[in-house]
Amino acid sequence: MITWSGKDIAILITVGLAIGAAPSSATPVSGESPPEVTAYIRSVGSVQPAYLLSTRSVHRSAEIPAFARKYGLPCSACHTVWPELNAFGQRFRDNGYQLGNDRDSPIWQNNGYWPIAVRTTPQVHLENTTHQPIDPPPSERGITQAGFDISGMDLLMLGTLHKDITFGLVPTIDADGTAGVEAAFVRFDNLGHSPWANLKVGKFELDNLLSEKRFTWLSNNGGFLYAYHYQPAGSVDSYAFGIGDNQIGAEVSGHSINSYTRYSVSLLTTDDGEAGLPGGNSMDAMVSLSHAFATGGGLGPQRIGVFAYLGHRPTAFDVVNGEPIPGTGTANKSFYRIGATAQVWLGNLELLPLVARAQDDAALGGSTQKPTWNSALLEAHYIATTRLMVQGRYEILRMSKQADPAIPKTFGNADAIAVGVRAYPFMFSRDGMAIHGEFAMTRTVGMAPLSGDGSGVDPYDPATKVWSRSLLLAFDFAF
Amino acid sequence: MRPQTRWMSLVSACGAVLLLGGATPALAQETHVANRTGHATAGKPLYQRYCVGCHGDDGDGLGENAQWIDPKPRDFTTATFKCRSTQSGSLPTDQDLYNSVARGFVATNMPPWDALTPQNRVDLVSYIKTFSPRWAGAAAPTPIEVPAESPATIESILHGREVFQRLECWKCHGPSGHGDGPSASTLTDSKDNPIRPYNFSMGSRFKCGTTNQDLYRIFMTGLDGTPMPSFSDNLQPSDAWDLVHFLRTLQPLNTPEALTWQGWLKTHRGELKPIGPEGGAQ
Repeated sequence: MITWSGKDIAILITVGLAIGAAPSSATPVSGESPPEVTAYIRSVGSVQPAYLLSTRSVHRSAEIPAFARKYGLPCSACHTVWPELNAFGQRFRDNGYQLGNDRDSPIWQNNGYWPIAVRTTPQVHLENTTHQPIDPPPSERGITQAGFDISGMDLLMLGTLHKDITFGLVPTIDADGTAGVEAAFVRFDNLGHSPWANLKVGKFELDNLLSEKRFTWLSNNGGFLYAYHYQPAGSVDSYAFGIGDNQIGAEVSGHSINSYTRYSVSLLTTDDGEAGLPGGNSMDAMVSLSHAFATGGGLGPQRIGVFAYLGHRPTAFDVVNGEPIPGTGTANKSFYRIGATAQVWLGNLELLPLVARAQDDAALGGSTQKPTWNSALLEAHYIATTRLMVQGRYEILRMSKQADPAIPKTFGNADAIAVGVRAYPFMFSRDGMAIHGEFAMTRTVGMAPLSGDGSGVDPYDPATKVWSRSLLLAFDFAF
Repeated sequence: MRPQTRWMSLVSACGAVLLLGGATPALAQETHVANRTGHATAGKPLYQRYCVGCHGDDGDGLGENAQWIDPKPRDFTTATFKCRSTQSGSLPTDQDLYNSVARGFVATNMPPWDALTPQNRVDLVSYIKTFSPRWAGAAAPTPIEVPAESPATIESILHGREVFQRLECWKCHGPSGHGDGPSASTLTDSKDNPIRPYNFSMGSRFKCGTTNQDLYRIFMTGLDGTPMPSFSDNLQPSDAWDLVHFLRTLQPLNTPEALTWQGWLKTHRGELKPIGPEGGAQ
């Protein structure tokens, strides 16, 4: 049965009007740059689309109706609105997908129960990017594509093998039929009967406090964070990395009984989540700490947290026939991502700020200086009801130092804005559907914006501000 | 009327309808736990978010999942609660309900909701109290007194074992506390749903807490709505503490009582009379 309250409809109308009133185009500002700089930048700019194509074709987020079926709880018990976790859902996840009522082991489940859920998202969307090169050079024009589309498909298999032994397996099928494994891990929970000691091994999401895996954004321009994926111009080919990508390794984590205090330390292979042994001999490390305060009368506690990702990548290899030999990587060079984030509740309004700083070694940046950049974002969710959420986000990224001094300092700067609404016609414990509307636009200087579908080519002029926009209406469902 | 004016009038009218239609009757119920005051109006959306799937829109325990759940969800309309610090048959205190929400109920579908903020939990308790008229104007019940615990000596444990036999606890809970006594399969709750007695060998948590004081309180107040009665009329406090100490030895834990008991058993096991119908002479 589909029921809508007057409050739901009023907010939907308001958001619809706001989206409809958004500007459909913006005037780019071009500048001058030396031709050799432009050529250099264009030669390295293709790294990012390659990454995006391999990782953005299916959902980045997960919510698990199988858990709702297992425990008989509605989606809203664990999610502010699915797929974003609330404090109770975070506790459930931290406890190895166990509620802690001595009914978590599979032995208590009906034999017919399977810990599996499926998610996919039919959609219609419009993508527009300005300043796309066309023949003859240096001609450029805006490109717009629109039409019906499908997402990939996630098979979400997570649960408990035994009390305090948790598993996760998430095969994915891209919209073009390419299969992959988004997550595959086993987790040993409450070691020594303590919530402060848990060990997870395999491929899993990093303990990002602002999670892309339970994102409420789906569009090509809104469905990722620059803070988690950006790599500056000139990054060497062997160095592909995104803190928002699932990684392979081991994680030790712990939490207080109610998960208000949490920590995690991960030791990770250096292949950005790709299966197989890495080319070098170094390891990465991720540390995350957070604490929540039970203050205020909002929908959840107020949380603050910090994170740091420290890594190395080889910059030299032995070669045969001119090709690098895997495993022979040497001359490791470092990079880091550090940041702080928070979750603030003002009644039903949730604010999610994040600030981050990143730096790569000059060798990883492909030139003489250590590329350095800063990013900040503020995401806001208004949880009108358990079945209606209005959201917005603004993110900025600013280069502090380019690897190549000849590259303009503003090259790669980005601004990303997104607004959206998710409405859930029903809410119960068997499956879920969201009607998802989203408008997202990004502006980058000198390069095509990061985009979920990997499309876009850098403009001729590195000072050109390129706009990319996504307008999406989707039916996001899981069962 | 100009088109723009007509639109504005229509939007205004729609807004007024939505505002009036969305208005909710005032829920005046308040709850006080420590220095927090809970409000039913704030608790209602939280109830819809977390509780409605099992306990139902009307708080009658007939949520969409109730048919799959065993034991069945609590029916708030009767205001009958297992876990109380008050006399059998009386309403629980706000603190009792608050503790139940935070703690959950072991071996049921009711999880611990301790991840919710204290204010959220107090608000939820306020809303739960709107489902039954028993709360209207009711004075806050007085919790029973829990006297100081006696030492957990072997004598106390042995006497507690005798109390376990005399009060016929074994008939439901079984001679070893496994919840498999001869009456276990016949038990029903106040709604005639089958109910199983507590199995002491399952872990560390009781239905209403984890401490010795919690256990004392359970059999001095009873678990309303279940066959577990209150023994406050026929159990002296000292006997009750002895029973607590014996029951602790039935758990698979290294409690002080269990260690004392295991040490004594090494040399005195043969002196024990069996618990059950054949142990009536002890």
